[in-house]
Amino acid sequence: MSPINFEVFPESYRHWRVEYEGDIARVIMDVDEDGGLMEGYQLKLNSYDLGVDIELADVVQRMRFEHPEVKVVIMQSGKDRVFCAGANIRMLGGATHAHKVNFCKFTNETRNTFEAAEEDSGQKWIAAVKGSCAGGGYELALACNHIILTNDSTSSVALPEVPLLAVLPGTGGLTRVTDKRKVRRDLADVFCAMEEGVRGQRAVDWQLVDEIVPNSKFDDVVTARAAEFAAASLKANGLTGIKLTPLPRKIAEDGSISYDLVEVAIERDKGLATITLNGPDTAPPASTDALQAEGADNYLLKLARELDDAILHLRTNEREVGVLVFRSQGDPAAVVAHEAMLLDNADFWLANEILQYWKRVLKRVDMTARSLVAVVEHGSCFAGPLAELLWSCDRSYMMQDEFEGDNRPLATVTLTAGNFGRYLMGNGLTRLQTRFLGDPEAVDRLEAQKGEALDADAADDVGLVTFIYDDIDWEDELRIFLEERASFSPDAMTGMEANLRFAGPETMETRIFGRLTAWQNWIFQRPNAVGEEGALQRYGTGIRGKYNMERV
Amino acid sequence: MLDLINVSYDTQIPNNVGLSSDKRVLKALEKWHPGYINWWNDLIPQNFQESMVYLRTAVSVDPKGWAKFDYVKMPEYRWGVLLAPQVEDRRIPMGEHLGEPAWQEVPGEYRNLLKRLIVIQGDTEPGSVEQQRFLGLTAPSLYDMRNLFQVNVEEGRHLWAMVYLLQKYFGRDGREEANDLLIRSSGSEEAPRMLGAFNEETPDWLSFFMFTYFTDRDGKMQLESLAQSGFDPLSRTCRFMLTEEAHHMFVGETGVGRTIQATCEAMKTAGISDPYDINKVRDLGVIDLPTIQKKLNLHYTLSLDLFGQEISTNAANAFNQGIKGRYMEMRLKDDHRLINDTYNVLDLDGDKIIEKEVPALTALNMRLRDDYVKDAAGGVGRWNKIIDKHGIEYEMKLPHQAFNRKIGVFSGKNFDPDGNLVSGAAYDQGLTEWLPTHADGDFIQSLMKPIHEPGVYASWIAPPKVGIDNKPGDFEYVKLHMA
Repeated sequence: MSPINFEVFPESYRHWRVEYEGDIARVIMDVDEDGGLMEGYQLKLNSYDLGVDIELADVVQRMRFEHPEVKVVIMQSGKDRVFCAGANIRMLGGATHAHKVNFCKFTNETRNTFEAAEEDSGQKWIAAVKGSCAGGGYELALACNHIILTNDSTSSVALPEVPLLAVLPGTGGLTRVTDKRKVRRDLADVFCAMEEGVRGQRAVDWQLVDEIVPNSKFDDVVTARAAEFAAASLKANGLTGIKLTPLPRKIAEDGSISYDLVEVAIERDKGLATITLNGPDTAPPASTDALQAEGADNYLLKLARELDDAILHLRTNEREVGVLVFRSQGDPAAVVAHEAMLLDNADFWLANEILQYWKRVLKRVDMTARSLVAVVEHGSCFAGPLAELLWSCDRSYMMQDEFEGDNRPLATVTLTAGNFGRYLMGNGLTRLQTRFLGDPEAVDRLEAQKGEALDADAADDVGLVTFIYDDIDWEDELRIFLEERASFSPDAMTGMEANLRFAGPETMETRIFGRLTAWQNWIFQRPNAVGEEGALQRYGTGIRGKYNMERV
Repeated sequence: MLDLINVSYDTQIPNNVGLSSDKRVLKALEKWHPGYINWWNDLIPQNFQESMVYLRTAVSVDPKGWAKFDYVKMPEYRWGVLLAPQVEDRRIPMGEHLGEPAWQEVPGEYRNLLKRLIVIQGDTEPGSVEQQRFLGLTAPSLYDMRNLFQVNVEEGRHLWAMVYLLQKYFGRDGREEANDLLIRSSGSEEAPRMLGAFNEETPDWLSFFMFTYFTDRDGKMQLESLAQSGFDPLSRTCRFMLTEEAHHMFVGETGVGRTIQATCEAMKTAGISDPYDINKVRDLGVIDLPTIQKKLNLHYTLSLDLFGQEISTNAANAFNQGIKGRYMEMRLKDDHRLINDTYNVLDLDGDKIIEKEVPALTALNMRLRDDYVKDAAGGVGRWNKIIDKHGIEYEMKLPHQAFNRKIGVFSGKNFDPDGNLVSGAAYDQGLTEWLPTHADGDFIQSLMKPIHEPGVYASWIAPPKVGIDNKPGDFEYVKLHMA
């Protein structure tokens, strides 16, 4: 199979149209039936596959960077009588387990991104639902900040996965119904067990939608509501966006990838990818005007985009690479200066967007089901947002003292203000708070050390890295660890790591990625869903799934 | 008017389901009834409500004498709830429950699918009455007016039949669906009917005849399939509805036939032999044959869309679960399960129409459509005999299934009526030859003048061969109330 590419451009969208009208944008879903990412299914009734979602993710991302003037986004259907029928079932039925899981994870991340757009970027998403809105279609709407349903006595919202397909509404559906919309759990039980869904007044009464509108007034009310929300927005007026230029990506024969700032060396025989992040070779922009003028060339934005793309590529296209090694090279003080420029101007839209984007990219790393290890070498620049990677990773290794024949500056880790609240994890805590869950005061003590370049002994002392090794042990320890890691069962690794990474409180996000996804992935393995006689396989044949009635 | 408060159902509503002893359903129907009467009263122009119409009313399910004819004001029509007699020890005729006793109650696991099928069927019944609401004003004769009203009240009764099932077997959801059947309305922006063809207007009488011939025939095919249902009350209801539906198609076939006859007679009298000499033919006050063909093209293709996608999961589910069978299921000689069978459906390979073998279960819509195409061809042959008899060289044809489709593999593609894929330009140009234009509509409208004198017919339509209930030619089928 040819690799799946996560970089797309508006000129070549097949499934979405975006119309900009001042501070309001319309995102119109009009899926091209014959535009499936793979063979063997048609994307009927606005059903989607990964390709459709890759475009949506691009819409959301560009909305923030290229169209900061937008305050309200209306998500609507370009088709008659259907809003969205959800994920394409034949695609799911035919997909490998790994593809299903990757697909769900990416769609979940995209849902989270536009859901957070209101809080993070002052872009409020409205779902304008006309026609049937089922399964993943309702999950799209659920992730919006406001749902308007037409009251034409036919249009409904539904989560029919359980009765119809013997799987869960796994893209946040079950969780958002209870945690976000706060539907009473018994009503949620009724709703999630019925195929045909709920329409009209009952959809409002049960809190499944925010309002219903007479069909003849639907378009007017949607437009009016968007205008009201835009007027109530606290976001600055008339912002001008920047262009997200094409990524400078080259993929070599052996799978290795190089960008301007990021390099990914792949050793397939070892199941290993080494991701090198390079530090800045320019000074930070002197003013917000200069930042705006830099646009996509701004160091931290460029680095985030390249890293994001690399992670997505590795997740989907290099599935046997079980271990990701993060390393960096560059001047930590320069990284600190670049981040400081953004932090100092965080009320400027682009500075804010870049910081928010780092938050998302780091979450994407947290959420990557590979063994993650950070290697803090001499000459590295793990500072500020890059230092976050140390605590995203399952383990970190740091060089101690001088190495023979190595004249690079000694390895350090530098904390910045950004590490104390800018890049929250899905659990609502900083990575340091999560790391020191049992000793909250340790975080306070670390805050006092902001700006200091901590060497290996100091970093080890305060628990910022897992192991420090000197010249004598370094190579062997690292080799043994990587070899051992590569030999473990990948399933056990994924399960263990995912459990250890997210200490602390549950949030809607952790419940979606933890509880909901785990149950869904379990069901995705069970014969009742995916066996030859399972509901997912049999969907569309007219023959019902045959269930093993034993409760497990 | 009816006494809306003390409706005596056993006297007002003929039924063979023991309504008087079924307090729960009785109560539900009593609640629904006023809404239905309001719907009817808002729909049909007032002077027709007050007129005495010579209608048949179903009074029993005995095939020998199920109806009686008499004058009645439409709002006082006795909409009955009538099920065909129960067949002793009826078995489910297809699918995974083949051979099991038919269900007398709704099986829980199939409740949703059954309800949806009944709601969709129910939604079409009042839909067609709404589409035809203004036709009374331009009836070409009292005979035709009476036929229109007969069709209307019986579609109303079919709504009752579906509502009874919803009220009796589907609990609170069923009652809500029953109410929504009165809220949706044909062509409404607010809440349109569920199927596209039932939101198109029926602008003139030729459309009405085409509708009753082609679209009601879809209804017949659907009812035939539902009559096979393992859910016995649905089967029995549909079997009886089919008895009435036959009359609707009779109205359509003879209506189109009489229109053709009037045209051919007028052409012969005027000595016109070229059917394409359209202006000359139209000057005779009749509808030229090519325009009739255009109307046929339109209504036939709209009706084909009602069968849905060629490949359908829902149809497969409904069959396998024993909810909806095939046309004449009992007469088909196969295993009635179709697990390993295949069926050929039309499909597109690039721009070429091909036949593709697919699992038979998923092709049931296509199969029913094929049966429909065969069934619809019969009347067309009889229309051609009329033309032939008058020595005119013209042949009415069913267009290719790929033409003018909005649903299925051919939708949105530029196929001509012979099934050739043509260029966009050729298609745009051809459309004026293939489908009725606004100008054609204007002309037909100009002929739509009401005739209220018994035994007299508008110029564009010939009198029927025999009257309804064997009444003589000048029988006053509608005693108009002239307020």
